[in-house]
Amino acid sequence: MNRPRTLTNRLRRELFATPLDGLITVALLIGLVSGLKALLHWSLTQADWAVIQANSTLLAVGRYPLNQQWRLWLLTALLSGAAGISWGLLRGAGWPRSDRLAAVVLLVLSLLLPAGLGLAAPVQQRWWWLTALLLVGRWAAGRWGGELPPRWRRLLPLTWPVLYLLGLGLIGGGLGLMSVRPSQWGGLLLTLTEASFAILVCCPLGIALALGRRSELPLLRWCSTLYIEFIRGAPLITLLFLGQNILGFLLPGGLAPDRVWRAAWILTFFAAAYVAEAVRAGLAALPRGQWEAARSLGLNTVQTLQHVVLPQALRVALPAIVGQFITLLQDTTLLSLIGLLDLLGVARAVMANPEFLGRNAEVYLVLAILFWCCCAALGLGSRSLERRLNRQDLRSQP
Amino acid sequence: MHTPWWRNRRLLPLLVQAAVGLVVLVTIAFLLGNLVRNLSAAGLLLSWRWLNLPAGFDISESLLPFNAELPYWRALLAGLVNTVRVVLIALVGATLLGTVVGTAAFSSNGLLRRLSRIYVELIRNVPLLLQLLFWYFVVFLSLPDGSAAIQLPWVVLAKSGLYLGSPQLVNGVWQGSLRITLEFAALLTGLIIHSGAFIAEVVRGGVAAVPPGQWEAARSLGLHAGQTLSRIVLPQALRVIVPALNSQYISLAKNSSLAVACGYSDLYSVAETTLNQTGRSVEVVLILLGTYLAMDLVISLLMNRLNRLVQIQER
Repeated sequence: MNRPRTLTNRLRRELFATPLDGLITVALLIGLVSGLKALLHWSLTQADWAVIQANSTLLAVGRYPLNQQWRLWLLTALLSGAAGISWGLLRGAGWPRSDRLAAVVLLVLSLLLPAGLGLAAPVQQRWWWLTALLLVGRWAAGRWGGELPPRWRRLLPLTWPVLYLLGLGLIGGGLGLMSVRPSQWGGLLLTLTEASFAILVCCPLGIALALGRRSELPLLRWCSTLYIEFIRGAPLITLLFLGQNILGFLLPGGLAPDRVWRAAWILTFFAAAYVAEAVRAGLAALPRGQWEAARSLGLNTVQTLQHVVLPQALRVALPAIVGQFITLLQDTTLLSLIGLLDLLGVARAVMANPEFLGRNAEVYLVLAILFWCCCAALGLGSRSLERRLNRQDLRSQP
Repeated sequence: MHTPWWRNRRLLPLLVQAAVGLVVLVTIAFLLGNLVRNLSAAGLLLSWRWLNLPAGFDISESLLPFNAELPYWRALLAGLVNTVRVVLIALVGATLLGTVVGTAAFSSNGLLRRLSRIYVELIRNVPLLLQLLFWYFVVFLSLPDGSAAIQLPWVVLAKSGLYLGSPQLVNGVWQGSLRITLEFAALLTGLIIHSGAFIAEVVRGGVAAVPPGQWEAARSLGLHAGQTLSRIVLPQALRVIVPALNSQYISLAKNSSLAVACGYSDLYSVAETTLNQTGRSVEVVLILLGTYLAMDLVISLLMNRLNRLVQIQER
């Protein structure tokens, strides 16, 4: 008996296959509808979104000096230009396969987010300019990217680290710019700075630790294992606590970094242990024959790692590593517990303001949506990259 | 042919290890040297005698009797007992929730399947600390009090706490045989819902690893869906699930240290107060690290026992 695949039949099969299924469906639907109705009712009639609008600058950059904020806009412009160019070039190289995901992200970032937060008109206008810049970069790179000499194109990924250092310079000042101390960074700016720093630095550290843990030299193995297990055995908050209270004692006076950078280093060292475990799993998944084949071709250890082992191991480890990045981004909220003004820290300061007392739900909801979007986008990107890498794998086999 | 020393297969590993060992030793000596110098300059050289001094602060809720005149070590012990209490209950709760949600991903009901995915994706992408703050400040602290309190069978949810066991309103104050503080309830809810999502993923992975032929064979023997799941599929899935559960349980134990966000006096929050009062940072951090490490080890040991039970018994 094969019923035609109509919507009604599908619904019946999916939702009302048996009486019990029907009962579950009805109960779930009632709960779902009433919950959504309550949420909608609350957000439209009871919620007061002025707390977000009035504090949007504070939530975005904390107490960053007002007259220096053009530096952050400049940085955002540079980043969106670079993102547009990278997007165009990557599309030219066949990944991502479609523009759909990126277009959705862009739409949310440029139109829905500023309007939803009720940002002032000039700020919204700047968002649109940034979007336009990104699209121009995307278009130009898509149009002329393929004609660039290969040597140039190989250099292009280097723009990102350069841009990162430039960005840190722009944020922190120096070299003629007015210096803005890290204690004045805050909000989303601080969260992103700490997370990106930790993500960038923990990768090489994690790979080194993973190689150390699988090394044939006992001393290297013991040291790496001890470090990894020690870090993994401790809650992050106790390590941050250690960083704030003991790091000053461990280093000679004056050498200890300030509280923001202490936290950044602790996050880095913490994440490195977890990345190391992910990479170790990738290394373990690699057949021994790969090592042996590379060695018998006459490659030395460094060449074997660079050309044979790491590319394959990192590909296996990629989902776990990105999962770790997502955790790391979420873990930056713990900075608010040690008194730093990251996104959550600023939010809690806002809610302590008598003017906005009792507006917890609105602020937490916006923060949750923000974190959810960032983490979900990272996860989607990682899954898409994984698919692309696996496809390449299939194609290269005879 | 004479090989130069840098190609010597026996010498080189020794040299590398000696260099690494030297660097590690010098770094540790440098850090410890600074520590001793700085601590003695501050008059805080390692000592444990302060543990016997009266704590001077109170703990809002404690299974062990505690008051401000008792020494610091009693305060830390009370914090530890509080941590263990919340971890144990959350472990059971999260396991139940995770099993239900994880197996719901294989339900014949499409709505149930999708809801289970939505729950997991929703929870895993929002920071736990944010969730805990939400549960405490938005949900539990906005509960009504007095006669307006939410009354369910056996349970009353009021701003003054959660009352179990046929509670009654006496002069505008709820009284029941068991009162749970809002702080504990918020932490427990947050931990169970957060860990439940991760455990659901573990359970889903484990069930997905059971070959579909097992489902089909069980159904063709006449077992219904519930029996198939509990008798055939889950016992096989446990072999995959238990090792992964180990690390989920350990993160749950470590995550309980975020209790300080909702004002529950767990080990970390007591330790923080202790540090602020005594300035004994090194000792306090050592106690914290040691205790959490010990807790992780205990969980690992128990889970390894369990793992040996559920693995295939070969004859």
